[in-house]
Amino acid sequence: MKKNFRGLFFTPYVLWLAMFVIAPVALIFYYSFFDIHHNFTLANYQEFFTSGTYLTMTANSVLYAFLITLFAILISYPMALVISKLKHRDLWILLVILPTWINLLLKAYAFIGLLSHDGLVNELFQFFGLPIQHMLFTDASFILVAAYIQIPFMILPIYNSLTDISNSYIRASRDLGATKWQTLTKVIIPMTLPGIKSGIQIVFIPSLSLFMLSRLIGGNKVITLGTAVEEHFLTTMNWGMGSTIGVVLIISMVIVMLLTNTKRKRRRA
Amino acid sequence: MEDKASRTGKIYITIVFLLLYIPIVYLILYSFSKGTTMTNFQGFSLKHYGELFADKRMLAIFLNTILIALLSSVCSTIIGTMGALAVHNAKRRHERETLLSLNSILLVSPDVIIGASFLIFFTALKLPLGFWSVLLSHIAFEIPIVLLLVLPRLDEMSPSMTNAAMDLGASPSQILSKIVLPYIQPGIIAGFFMAITYSLDDFAVTFFVTGNGFTTLSVEIYSRARQGISLEINALAGIMFIFSLILVGVYYLIETHNTGNGAKKSIVEVTDR
Repeated sequence: MKKNFRGLFFTPYVLWLAMFVIAPVALIFYYSFFDIHHNFTLANYQEFFTSGTYLTMTANSVLYAFLITLFAILISYPMALVISKLKHRDLWILLVILPTWINLLLKAYAFIGLLSHDGLVNELFQFFGLPIQHMLFTDASFILVAAYIQIPFMILPIYNSLTDISNSYIRASRDLGATKWQTLTKVIIPMTLPGIKSGIQIVFIPSLSLFMLSRLIGGNKVITLGTAVEEHFLTTMNWGMGSTIGVVLIISMVIVMLLTNTKRKRRRA
Repeated sequence: MEDKASRTGKIYITIVFLLLYIPIVYLILYSFSKGTTMTNFQGFSLKHYGELFADKRMLAIFLNTILIALLSSVCSTIIGTMGALAVHNAKRRHERETLLSLNSILLVSPDVIIGASFLIFFTALKLPLGFWSVLLSHIAFEIPIVLLLVLPRLDEMSPSMTNAAMDLGASPSQILSKIVLPYIQPGIIAGFFMAITYSLDDFAVTFFVTGNGFTTLSVEIYSRARQGISLEINALAGIMFIFSLILVGVYYLIETHNTGNGAKKSIVEVTDR
Protein backbone atom coordinates (compact mmCIF):
# COMPACT_ATOMS: atom_id res chain seq x y z
CA MET A 1 0.00 0.00 0.00
CA LYS A 2 1.09 3.53 -0.66
CA LYS A 3 2.84 5.34 2.09
CA ASN A 4 0.39 8.21 2.59
CA PHE A 5 -2.43 5.71 2.62
CA ARG A 6 -0.77 3.82 5.44
CA GLY A 7 -0.32 7.06 7.31
CA LEU A 8 -4.05 7.49 7.21
CA PHE A 9 -4.52 4.51 9.53
CA PHE A 10 -1.48 5.19 11.53
CA THR A 11 -2.30 8.75 12.49
CA PRO A 12 -5.54 8.36 14.50
CA TYR A 13 -4.29 5.30 16.29
CA VAL A 14 -0.87 6.69 17.14
CA LEU A 15 -2.53 9.93 18.18
CA TRP A 16 -4.71 7.92 20.53
CA LEU A 17 -1.68 6.09 21.89
CA ALA A 18 0.11 9.36 22.54
CA MET A 19 -2.86 11.15 24.06
CA PHE A 20 -4.58 8.49 26.11
CA VAL A 21 -1.85 6.00 26.91
CA ILE A 22 1.49 7.75 27.08
CA ALA A 23 0.44 11.24 28.18
CA PRO A 24 -1.75 10.15 31.14
CA VAL A 25 0.86 7.75 32.49
CA ALA A 26 3.54 10.41 32.10
CA LEU A 27 1.29 12.92 33.87
CA ILE A 28 0.79 10.57 36.83
CA PHE A 29 4.55 10.24 37.22
CA TYR A 30 4.93 14.00 36.84
CA TYR A 31 2.26 14.86 39.41
CA SER A 32 3.72 12.45 41.94
CA PHE A 33 6.57 14.93 42.38
CA PHE A 34 4.35 17.83 43.39
CA ASP A 35 2.81 18.66 46.71
CA ILE A 36 -0.66 20.08 47.33
CA HIS A 37 0.55 23.67 46.66
CA HIS A 38 2.08 22.58 43.38
CA ASN A 39 5.71 22.84 44.43
CA PHE A 40 8.22 20.34 43.18
CA THR A 41 9.08 17.91 45.96
CA LEU A 42 10.05 14.37 46.77
CA ALA A 43 8.06 14.56 49.98
CA ASN A 44 5.24 12.39 48.64
CA TYR A 45 7.58 9.47 48.15
CA GLN A 46 9.29 10.19 51.42
CA GLU A 47 5.96 10.20 53.20
CA PHE A 48 4.86 7.03 51.47
CA PHE A 49 7.95 5.06 52.38
CA THR A 50 8.40 6.35 55.91
CA SER A 51 4.89 6.69 57.27
CA GLY A 52 3.51 3.55 58.79
CA THR A 53 -0.01 4.13 57.49
CA TYR A 54 0.91 3.96 53.82
CA LEU A 55 3.18 0.97 54.23
CA THR A 56 0.64 -1.02 56.24
CA MET A 57 -1.99 -0.01 53.70
CA THR A 58 0.16 -1.32 50.86
CA ALA A 59 0.89 -4.52 52.77
CA ASN A 60 -2.82 -4.96 53.54
CA SER A 61 -3.74 -4.26 49.98
CA VAL A 62 -1.32 -6.85 48.66
CA LEU A 63 -2.51 -9.31 51.28
CA TYR A 64 -6.17 -8.80 50.32
CA ALA A 65 -5.37 -9.14 46.63
CA PHE A 66 -3.32 -12.24 47.37
CA LEU A 67 -6.15 -13.85 49.36
CA ILE A 68 -8.72 -12.94 46.71
CA THR A 69 -6.52 -14.46 44.00
CA LEU A 70 -5.81 -17.54 46.10
CA PHE A 71 -9.50 -18.24 46.81
CA ALA A 72 -10.31 -17.60 43.19
CA ILE A 73 -7.73 -20.16 42.04
CA LEU A 74 -8.78 -22.73 44.63
CA ILE A 75 -12.41 -22.53 43.55
CA SER A 76 -11.81 -22.01 39.83
CA TYR A 77 -9.30 -24.74 39.08
CA PRO A 78 -11.51 -27.73 39.95
CA MET A 79 -14.39 -25.89 38.33
CA ALA A 80 -12.52 -25.46 35.05
CA LEU A 81 -11.28 -29.03 35.25
CA VAL A 82 -14.77 -30.48 35.63
CA ILE A 83 -16.30 -28.22 32.99
CA SER A 84 -13.61 -29.15 30.48
CA LYS A 85 -14.66 -32.79 30.85
CA LEU A 86 -18.37 -32.17 30.39
CA LYS A 87 -20.23 -33.07 27.25
CA HIS A 88 -21.67 -29.65 26.46
CA ARG A 89 -18.74 -27.74 27.86
CA ASP A 90 -19.25 -24.71 25.59
CA LEU A 91 -22.68 -24.24 27.05
CA TRP A 92 -21.45 -24.56 30.63
CA ILE A 93 -18.61 -22.13 30.09
CA LEU A 94 -21.18 -19.72 28.68
CA LEU A 95 -22.96 -19.95 32.02
CA VAL A 96 -19.68 -19.00 33.69
CA ILE A 97 -19.32 -15.98 31.43
CA LEU A 98 -22.87 -14.75 31.83
CA PRO A 99 -22.45 -13.25 35.35
CA THR A 100 -19.52 -11.18 34.06
CA TRP A 101 -21.92 -9.31 31.79
CA ILE A 102 -23.83 -8.03 34.77
CA ASN A 103 -22.70 -4.73 36.13
CA LEU A 104 -20.21 -5.11 38.96
CA LEU A 105 -22.00 -2.54 41.07
CA LEU A 106 -25.23 -4.50 40.89
CA LYS A 107 -23.46 -7.65 42.05
CA ALA A 108 -21.89 -5.76 44.94
CA TYR A 109 -25.29 -4.30 45.75
CA ALA A 110 -26.83 -7.77 45.83
CA PHE A 111 -24.34 -8.71 48.54
CA ILE A 112 -25.35 -5.72 50.63
CA GLY A 113 -28.75 -7.38 50.80
CA LEU A 114 -27.46 -10.95 51.14
CA LEU A 115 -25.03 -10.23 53.95
CA SER A 116 -27.12 -7.69 55.84
CA HIS A 117 -28.36 -8.21 59.38
CA ASP A 118 -31.55 -10.03 58.35
CA GLY A 119 -30.36 -11.08 54.92
CA LEU A 120 -30.47 -14.51 53.37
CA VAL A 121 -27.14 -15.65 54.77
CA ASN A 122 -28.10 -14.82 58.34
CA GLU A 123 -31.46 -16.49 57.84
CA LEU A 124 -29.60 -19.62 56.80
CA PHE A 125 -27.38 -19.33 59.85
CA GLN A 126 -30.45 -19.09 62.06
CA PHE A 127 -31.96 -22.09 60.32
CA PHE A 128 -28.91 -24.13 61.28
CA GLY A 129 -29.02 -22.73 64.79
CA LEU A 130 -26.01 -20.46 64.40
CA PRO A 131 -25.95 -16.97 65.91
CA ILE A 132 -26.52 -13.96 63.67
CA GLN A 133 -23.26 -12.57 62.34
CA HIS A 134 -22.40 -9.03 61.39
CA MET A 135 -20.89 -9.73 58.05
CA LEU A 136 -21.28 -6.50 56.16
CA PHE A 137 -18.40 -4.03 56.47
CA THR A 138 -15.79 -6.59 57.45
CA ASP A 139 -12.55 -7.66 55.76
CA ALA A 140 -13.93 -11.14 55.24
CA SER A 141 -16.99 -9.93 53.38
CA PHE A 142 -14.82 -7.75 51.16
CA ILE A 143 -12.63 -10.70 50.24
CA LEU A 144 -15.67 -12.91 49.71
CA VAL A 145 -17.41 -10.49 47.35
CA ALA A 146 -14.22 -9.66 45.47
CA ALA A 147 -13.47 -13.37 44.99
CA TYR A 148 -17.07 -13.90 43.84
CA ILE A 149 -16.66 -11.21 41.21
CA GLN A 150 -13.26 -12.45 40.04
CA ILE A 151 -13.96 -16.20 39.86
CA PRO A 152 -15.30 -16.21 36.28
CA PHE A 153 -12.23 -14.30 35.13
CA MET A 154 -10.05 -16.95 36.74
CA ILE A 155 -12.02 -19.89 35.33
CA LEU A 156 -11.80 -18.72 31.72
CA PRO A 157 -8.01 -18.69 31.16
CA ILE A 158 -7.59 -21.96 33.10
CA TYR A 159 -10.38 -23.54 31.08
CA ASN A 160 -8.77 -22.33 27.86
CA SER A 161 -5.43 -23.85 28.73
CA LEU A 162 -7.12 -27.09 29.84
CA THR A 163 -8.92 -27.48 26.54
CA ASP A 164 -5.64 -26.86 24.73
CA ILE A 165 -4.07 -29.99 26.23
CA SER A 166 -4.03 -32.77 23.72
CA ASN A 167 -5.61 -36.04 24.79
CA SER A 168 -2.52 -37.98 23.84
CA TYR A 169 -0.63 -36.55 26.81
CA ILE A 170 -3.27 -37.79 29.21
CA ARG A 171 -3.38 -41.17 27.52
CA ALA A 172 0.40 -41.42 27.47
CA SER A 173 0.65 -40.68 31.17
CA ARG A 174 -1.99 -43.32 31.88
CA ASP A 175 -0.28 -45.87 29.68
CA LEU A 176 2.95 -45.24 31.53
CA GLY A 177 1.17 -46.17 34.74
CA ALA A 178 0.42 -42.82 36.31
CA THR A 179 -2.47 -42.67 38.72
CA LYS A 180 -5.20 -40.09 38.21
CA TRP A 181 -3.66 -37.93 40.90
CA GLN A 182 -0.21 -38.19 39.32
CA THR A 183 -1.61 -37.28 35.91
CA LEU A 184 -3.23 -34.24 37.47
CA THR A 185 -0.22 -33.01 39.42
CA LYS A 186 2.55 -34.01 37.03
CA VAL A 187 0.90 -33.46 33.65
CA ILE A 188 -2.26 -31.38 33.74
CA ILE A 189 -1.34 -28.72 36.30
CA PRO A 190 2.13 -28.01 34.86
CA MET A 191 0.65 -27.76 31.39
CA THR A 192 -2.02 -25.30 32.53
CA LEU A 193 0.44 -23.08 34.35
CA PRO A 194 0.26 -20.41 31.63
CA GLY A 195 -3.52 -20.31 32.12
CA ILE A 196 -3.15 -19.99 35.87
CA LYS A 197 -0.61 -17.22 35.40
CA SER A 198 -2.77 -15.20 33.08
CA GLY A 199 -5.64 -15.75 35.51
CA ILE A 200 -3.47 -14.33 38.29
CA GLN A 201 -2.69 -11.36 36.09
CA ILE A 202 -6.34 -10.75 35.34
CA VAL A 203 -7.44 -11.10 38.97
CA PHE A 204 -4.60 -9.81 41.12
CA ILE A 205 -4.06 -6.40 39.54
CA PRO A 206 -7.69 -5.24 39.62
CA SER A 207 -8.01 -6.63 43.15
CA LEU A 208 -5.45 -4.07 44.30
CA SER A 209 -7.76 -1.29 43.24
CA LEU A 210 -11.34 -2.36 43.90
CA PHE A 211 -12.23 0.84 45.71
CA MET A 212 -15.95 0.64 45.03
CA LEU A 213 -16.13 -2.77 46.69
CA SER A 214 -14.15 -1.69 49.71
CA ARG A 215 -16.49 1.29 50.06
CA LEU A 216 -19.75 -0.62 49.58
CA ILE A 217 -18.93 -3.93 51.24
CA GLY A 218 -15.90 -3.20 53.40
CA GLY A 219 -17.45 -0.08 54.88
CA ASN A 220 -14.62 2.33 55.34
CA LYS A 221 -12.61 -0.22 57.29
CA VAL A 222 -10.93 -1.87 54.35
CA ILE A 223 -8.51 0.60 52.82
CA THR A 224 -6.62 -0.55 49.76
CA LEU A 225 -4.30 1.28 47.40
CA GLY A 226 -7.27 1.88 45.11
CA THR A 227 -9.33 3.43 47.90
CA ALA A 228 -6.43 5.71 48.78
CA VAL A 229 -6.02 6.88 45.17
CA GLU A 230 -9.73 7.58 44.94
CA GLU A 231 -9.73 9.47 48.22
CA HIS A 232 -6.73 11.61 47.34
CA PHE A 233 -8.07 12.47 43.92
CA LEU A 234 -11.73 13.03 44.64
CA THR A 235 -12.03 13.89 48.33
CA THR A 236 -8.90 15.48 49.74
CA MET A 237 -7.78 16.74 46.32
CA ASN A 238 -4.16 15.94 47.12
CA TRP A 239 -3.33 14.82 43.60
CA GLY A 240 0.39 14.63 44.26
CA MET A 241 -0.01 11.99 46.96
CA GLY A 242 -2.69 10.24 44.92
CA SER A 243 -0.32 10.08 41.97
CA THR A 244 2.46 8.75 44.17
CA ILE A 245 0.21 5.89 45.27
CA GLY A 246 -0.75 5.49 41.63
CA VAL A 247 2.91 5.13 40.70
CA VAL A 248 3.29 2.47 43.39
CA LEU A 249 0.26 0.69 41.91
CA ILE A 250 1.74 0.89 38.42
CA ILE A 251 5.05 -0.49 39.67
CA SER A 252 3.36 -3.36 41.49
CA MET A 253 1.38 -4.04 38.33
CA VAL A 254 4.61 -4.25 36.32
CA ILE A 255 6.10 -6.60 38.92
CA VAL A 256 3.08 -8.89 38.73
CA MET A 257 3.23 -8.84 34.95
CA LEU A 258 6.92 -9.71 34.95
CA LEU A 259 6.40 -12.52 37.46
CA THR A 260 3.54 -14.05 35.51
CA ASN A 261 4.75 -13.42 31.98
CA THR A 262 6.20 -16.62 30.61
CA LYS A 263 4.45 -16.67 27.30
CA ARG A 264 7.06 -14.83 25.32
CA LYS A 265 9.94 -17.00 26.45
CA ARG A 266 8.00 -20.10 25.63
CA ARG A 267 7.24 -18.98 22.14
CA ARG A 268 10.86 -18.28 21.40
CA ALA A 269 12.04 -21.60 22.76
CA MET B 1 -9.66 -34.17 27.82
CA GLU B 2 -11.59 -37.35 27.50
CA ASP B 3 -12.03 -38.40 31.08
CA LYS B 4 -15.66 -38.12 32.07
CA ALA B 5 -16.47 -35.83 34.95
CA SER B 6 -16.86 -37.73 38.19
CA ARG B 7 -19.94 -37.51 40.37
CA THR B 8 -18.18 -35.42 43.01
CA GLY B 9 -17.02 -33.12 40.23
CA LYS B 10 -20.57 -32.64 39.06
CA ILE B 11 -21.80 -31.95 42.57
CA TYR B 12 -18.96 -29.47 43.01
CA ILE B 13 -19.75 -27.47 39.88
CA THR B 14 -23.45 -27.50 40.72
CA ILE B 15 -22.66 -25.90 44.06
CA VAL B 16 -20.35 -23.31 42.50
CA PHE B 17 -22.91 -22.49 39.82
CA LEU B 18 -25.55 -22.08 42.52
CA LEU B 19 -23.27 -19.72 44.42
CA LEU B 20 -22.54 -17.79 41.23
CA TYR B 21 -26.20 -17.31 40.44
CA ILE B 22 -27.83 -16.94 43.87
CA PRO B 23 -26.84 -13.26 44.25
CA ILE B 24 -28.18 -12.43 40.80
CA VAL B 25 -31.44 -14.32 41.29
CA TYR B 26 -31.80 -12.81 44.77
CA LEU B 27 -31.27 -9.33 43.38
CA ILE B 28 -33.86 -9.68 40.66
CA LEU B 29 -36.35 -11.62 42.81
CA TYR B 30 -36.60 -8.74 45.27
CA SER B 31 -37.34 -6.29 42.49
CA PHE B 32 -40.78 -7.95 42.50
CA SER B 33 -41.28 -7.65 46.25
CA LYS B 34 -43.97 -5.42 47.72
CA GLY B 35 -41.73 -4.42 50.59
CA THR B 36 -38.93 -1.90 50.69
CA THR B 37 -35.97 -4.00 51.84
CA MET B 38 -34.07 -6.96 50.49
CA THR B 39 -35.26 -9.15 53.35
CA ASN B 40 -38.58 -10.96 53.81
CA PHE B 41 -40.15 -11.20 50.41
CA GLN B 42 -43.59 -9.62 50.72
CA GLY B 43 -45.62 -10.76 47.80
CA PHE B 44 -45.45 -10.03 44.11
CA SER B 45 -45.68 -6.48 42.88
CA LEU B 46 -44.42 -4.46 39.96
CA LYS B 47 -44.50 -1.18 41.84
CA HIS B 48 -40.71 -0.75 41.87
CA TYR B 49 -40.68 -1.02 38.12
CA GLY B 50 -43.43 1.56 38.05
CA GLU B 51 -41.39 3.88 40.25
CA LEU B 52 -38.37 3.31 38.04
CA PHE B 53 -40.22 4.21 34.85
CA ALA B 54 -41.78 7.26 36.45
CA ASP B 55 -38.35 8.46 37.57
CA LYS B 56 -37.48 11.11 34.97
CA ARG B 57 -33.97 11.53 36.31
CA MET B 58 -33.31 7.82 36.01
CA LEU B 59 -34.62 7.81 32.46
CA ALA B 60 -32.27 10.65 31.53
CA ILE B 61 -29.34 8.80 33.10
CA PHE B 62 -30.33 5.64 31.27
CA LEU B 63 -30.42 7.49 27.94
CA ASN B 64 -27.05 9.15 28.73
CA THR B 65 -25.53 5.75 29.38
CA ILE B 66 -26.86 4.28 26.15
CA LEU B 67 -25.76 7.34 24.19
CA ILE B 68 -22.24 7.18 25.61
CA ALA B 69 -22.08 3.42 24.96
CA LEU B 70 -23.18 3.71 21.34
CA LEU B 71 -21.15 6.80 20.41
CA SER B 72 -18.00 5.58 22.12
CA SER B 73 -18.27 2.11 20.56
CA VAL B 74 -18.70 3.52 17.07
CA CYS B 75 -15.66 5.80 17.47
CA SER B 76 -13.51 3.19 19.17
CA THR B 77 -14.44 0.59 16.55
CA ILE B 78 -13.30 2.93 13.78
CA ILE B 79 -10.05 3.93 15.49
CA GLY B 80 -9.40 0.41 16.77
CA THR B 81 -9.83 -1.05 13.28
CA MET B 82 -7.44 1.56 11.91
CA GLY B 83 -5.04 0.62 14.68
CA ALA B 84 -5.33 -3.05 13.74
CA LEU B 85 -4.53 -2.13 10.12
CA ALA B 86 -1.57 -0.08 11.32
CA VAL B 87 -0.24 -2.92 13.49
CA HIS B 88 -0.87 -5.45 10.74
CA ASN B 89 1.02 -3.36 8.20
CA ALA B 90 3.91 -2.61 10.55
CA LYS B 91 7.06 -3.30 8.55
CA ARG B 92 9.47 -4.32 11.26
CA ARG B 93 8.79 -6.89 13.91
CA HIS B 94 9.74 -4.75 16.88
CA GLU B 95 7.47 -1.97 15.58
CA ARG B 96 4.56 -4.39 15.79
CA GLU B 97 5.59 -5.60 19.24
CA THR B 98 5.94 -2.05 20.55
CA LEU B 99 2.53 -1.05 19.22
CA LEU B 100 0.95 -4.16 20.72
CA SER B 101 2.47 -3.69 24.14
CA LEU B 102 1.48 -0.03 24.20
CA ASN B 103 -1.98 -1.16 23.16
CA SER B 104 -2.29 -3.53 26.07
CA ILE B 105 -1.37 -0.93 28.71
CA LEU B 106 -4.94 0.27 29.09
CA LEU B 107 -6.23 -3.31 29.12
CA VAL B 108 -4.12 -4.34 32.09
CA SER B 109 -4.01 -1.11 34.09
CA PRO B 110 -6.22 -0.97 37.14
CA ASP B 111 -9.33 1.15 36.56
CA VAL B 112 -8.33 3.60 39.27
CA ILE B 113 -5.09 4.40 37.47
CA ILE B 114 -6.87 4.92 34.17
CA GLY B 115 -9.47 7.11 35.85
CA ALA B 116 -6.98 9.16 37.85
CA SER B 117 -4.60 9.67 34.95
CA PHE B 118 -7.45 10.71 32.63
CA LEU B 119 -8.66 13.12 35.30
CA ILE B 120 -5.21 14.74 35.41
CA PHE B 121 -5.08 14.73 31.62
CA PHE B 122 -8.45 16.42 31.13
CA THR B 123 -7.70 18.97 33.82
CA ALA B 124 -4.34 19.73 32.20
CA LEU B 125 -6.16 20.26 28.91
CA LYS B 126 -8.73 22.43 30.73
CA LEU B 127 -11.49 20.25 29.32
CA PRO B 128 -14.57 20.57 31.54
CA LEU B 129 -15.62 17.31 33.15
CA GLY B 130 -18.93 15.95 31.96
CA PHE B 131 -20.34 14.36 28.84
CA TRP B 132 -17.26 14.92 26.66
CA SER B 133 -14.70 13.77 29.18
CA VAL B 134 -16.71 10.60 29.83
CA LEU B 135 -17.16 9.98 26.10
CA LEU B 136 -13.45 10.47 25.36
CA SER B 137 -12.44 8.19 28.23
CA HIS B 138 -14.79 5.46 27.07
CA ILE B 139 -13.48 5.70 23.51
CA ALA B 140 -9.95 5.55 24.90
CA PHE B 141 -10.34 2.38 26.95
CA GLU B 142 -12.43 0.59 24.32
CA ILE B 143 -9.92 0.99 21.48
CA PRO B 144 -7.43 -1.69 22.65
CA ILE B 145 -10.06 -4.44 22.90
CA VAL B 146 -11.42 -3.61 19.44
CA LEU B 147 -7.89 -3.82 18.06
CA LEU B 148 -7.31 -7.19 19.71
CA LEU B 149 -10.52 -8.58 18.22
CA VAL B 150 -9.88 -7.25 14.70
CA LEU B 151 -6.17 -8.04 14.42
CA PRO B 152 -6.44 -11.87 14.34
CA ARG B 153 -8.81 -11.67 11.38
CA LEU B 154 -6.36 -9.43 9.55
CA ASP B 155 -3.44 -11.70 10.35
CA GLU B 156 -5.19 -14.81 9.10
CA MET B 157 -6.14 -13.13 5.84
CA SER B 158 -3.99 -14.52 3.06
CA PRO B 159 -1.75 -11.86 1.46
CA SER B 160 -2.44 -13.42 -1.94
CA MET B 161 -5.92 -11.89 -1.82
CA THR B 162 -4.62 -8.34 -1.65
CA ASN B 163 -1.81 -9.17 -4.05
CA ALA B 164 -4.30 -10.52 -6.58
CA ALA B 165 -6.44 -7.41 -6.19
CA MET B 166 -3.39 -5.22 -6.69
CA ASP B 167 -2.33 -7.15 -9.79
CA LEU B 168 -5.81 -6.73 -11.20
CA GLY B 169 -5.38 -3.00 -10.83
CA ALA B 170 -7.38 -2.21 -7.68
CA SER B 171 -6.50 1.03 -5.94
CA PRO B 172 -5.59 0.95 -2.23
CA SER B 173 -8.98 2.30 -1.29
CA GLN B 174 -10.68 -0.33 -3.42
CA ILE B 175 -8.61 -3.06 -1.80
CA LEU B 176 -9.61 -1.76 1.58
CA SER B 177 -13.31 -1.43 0.90
CA LYS B 178 -13.81 -4.47 -1.32
CA ILE B 179 -11.36 -7.00 0.08
CA VAL B 180 -10.03 -6.19 3.52
CA LEU B 181 -13.05 -4.70 5.29
CA PRO B 182 -15.51 -7.41 4.18
CA TYR B 183 -13.04 -10.04 5.29
CA ILE B 184 -12.45 -8.60 8.75
CA GLN B 185 -16.07 -7.53 9.24
CA PRO B 186 -16.86 -10.26 11.82
CA GLY B 187 -13.95 -9.07 13.94
CA ILE B 188 -15.16 -5.49 13.65
CA ILE B 189 -18.67 -6.43 14.76
CA ALA B 190 -17.36 -8.47 17.67
CA GLY B 191 -15.19 -5.52 18.64
CA PHE B 192 -18.15 -3.17 18.48
CA PHE B 193 -20.21 -5.34 20.82
CA MET B 194 -17.33 -5.83 23.20
CA ALA B 195 -16.86 -2.06 23.25
CA ILE B 196 -20.53 -1.56 24.15
CA THR B 197 -20.31 -3.97 27.04
CA TYR B 198 -17.09 -2.37 28.27
CA SER B 199 -18.80 0.99 28.21
CA LEU B 200 -21.95 -0.22 29.99
CA ASP B 201 -19.91 -2.08 32.57
CA ASP B 202 -17.48 0.65 33.43
CA PHE B 203 -17.75 2.33 36.76
CA ALA B 204 -14.34 3.38 38.06
CA VAL B 205 -13.08 5.37 35.09
CA THR B 206 -16.40 7.17 34.64
CA PHE B 207 -16.53 7.90 38.36
CA PHE B 208 -13.24 9.78 38.14
CA VAL B 209 -13.94 11.84 35.04
CA THR B 210 -17.64 12.49 35.38
CA GLY B 211 -17.62 15.75 37.33
CA ASN B 212 -20.83 16.96 38.93
CA GLY B 213 -23.51 17.38 36.32
CA PHE B 214 -23.24 14.18 34.33
CA THR B 215 -24.01 10.67 35.54
CA THR B 216 -24.14 7.19 34.06
CA LEU B 217 -26.05 4.22 35.43
CA SER B 218 -23.05 2.66 37.16
CA VAL B 219 -22.21 5.87 39.00
CA GLU B 220 -25.85 6.36 39.94
CA ILE B 221 -26.12 2.80 41.27
CA TYR B 222 -22.99 3.38 43.33
CA SER B 223 -24.22 6.57 44.93
CA ARG B 224 -27.64 5.05 45.66
CA ALA B 225 -26.17 1.82 47.00
CA ARG B 226 -24.01 3.84 49.39
CA GLN B 227 -27.19 5.23 50.88
CA GLY B 228 -28.56 1.75 51.44
CA ILE B 229 -31.12 -0.53 49.92
CA SER B 230 -33.70 0.83 47.53
CA LEU B 231 -35.67 -1.74 45.56
CA GLU B 232 -35.73 0.63 42.63
CA ILE B 233 -32.11 -0.44 42.06
CA ASN B 234 -33.30 -4.05 42.04
CA ALA B 235 -35.82 -3.20 39.37
CA LEU B 236 -33.06 -1.50 37.44
CA ALA B 237 -30.96 -4.65 37.85
CA GLY B 238 -33.82 -6.67 36.39
CA ILE B 239 -33.98 -4.47 33.34
CA MET B 240 -30.22 -4.35 32.89
CA PHE B 241 -30.07 -8.12 33.22
CA ILE B 242 -32.52 -8.58 30.37
CA PHE B 243 -30.62 -5.95 28.41
CA SER B 244 -27.33 -7.79 28.82
CA LEU B 245 -29.01 -11.12 28.00
CA ILE B 246 -30.10 -9.60 24.70
CA LEU B 247 -26.58 -8.26 24.10
CA VAL B 248 -25.04 -11.65 24.91
CA GLY B 249 -27.56 -13.31 22.62
CA VAL B 250 -26.77 -11.02 19.71
CA TYR B 251 -23.05 -11.32 20.36
CA TYR B 252 -23.09 -15.10 20.38
CA LEU B 253 -25.31 -15.25 17.32
CA ILE B 254 -22.67 -13.22 15.49
CA GLU B 255 -19.87 -15.28 16.98
CA THR B 256 -21.38 -18.64 16.02
CA HIS B 257 -22.15 -17.22 12.59
CA ASN B 258 -18.47 -16.29 12.34
CA THR B 259 -17.22 -19.67 13.42
CA GLY B 260 -19.58 -21.18 10.88
CA ASN B 261 -17.77 -19.12 8.28
CA GLY B 262 -14.46 -20.69 9.09
CA ALA B 263 -13.00 -18.37 11.69
CA LYS B 264 -11.55 -20.72 14.24
CA LYS B 265 -11.49 -18.27 17.11
CA SER B 266 -12.96 -19.87 20.19
CA ILE B 267 -15.92 -18.10 21.73
CA VAL B 268 -14.34 -18.21 25.12
CA GLU B 269 -11.05 -16.59 24.29
CA VAL B 270 -12.75 -13.44 23.10
CA THR B 271 -14.28 -12.58 26.43
CA ASP B 272 -11.06 -12.55 28.44
CA ARG B 273 -10.70 -9.18 30.09
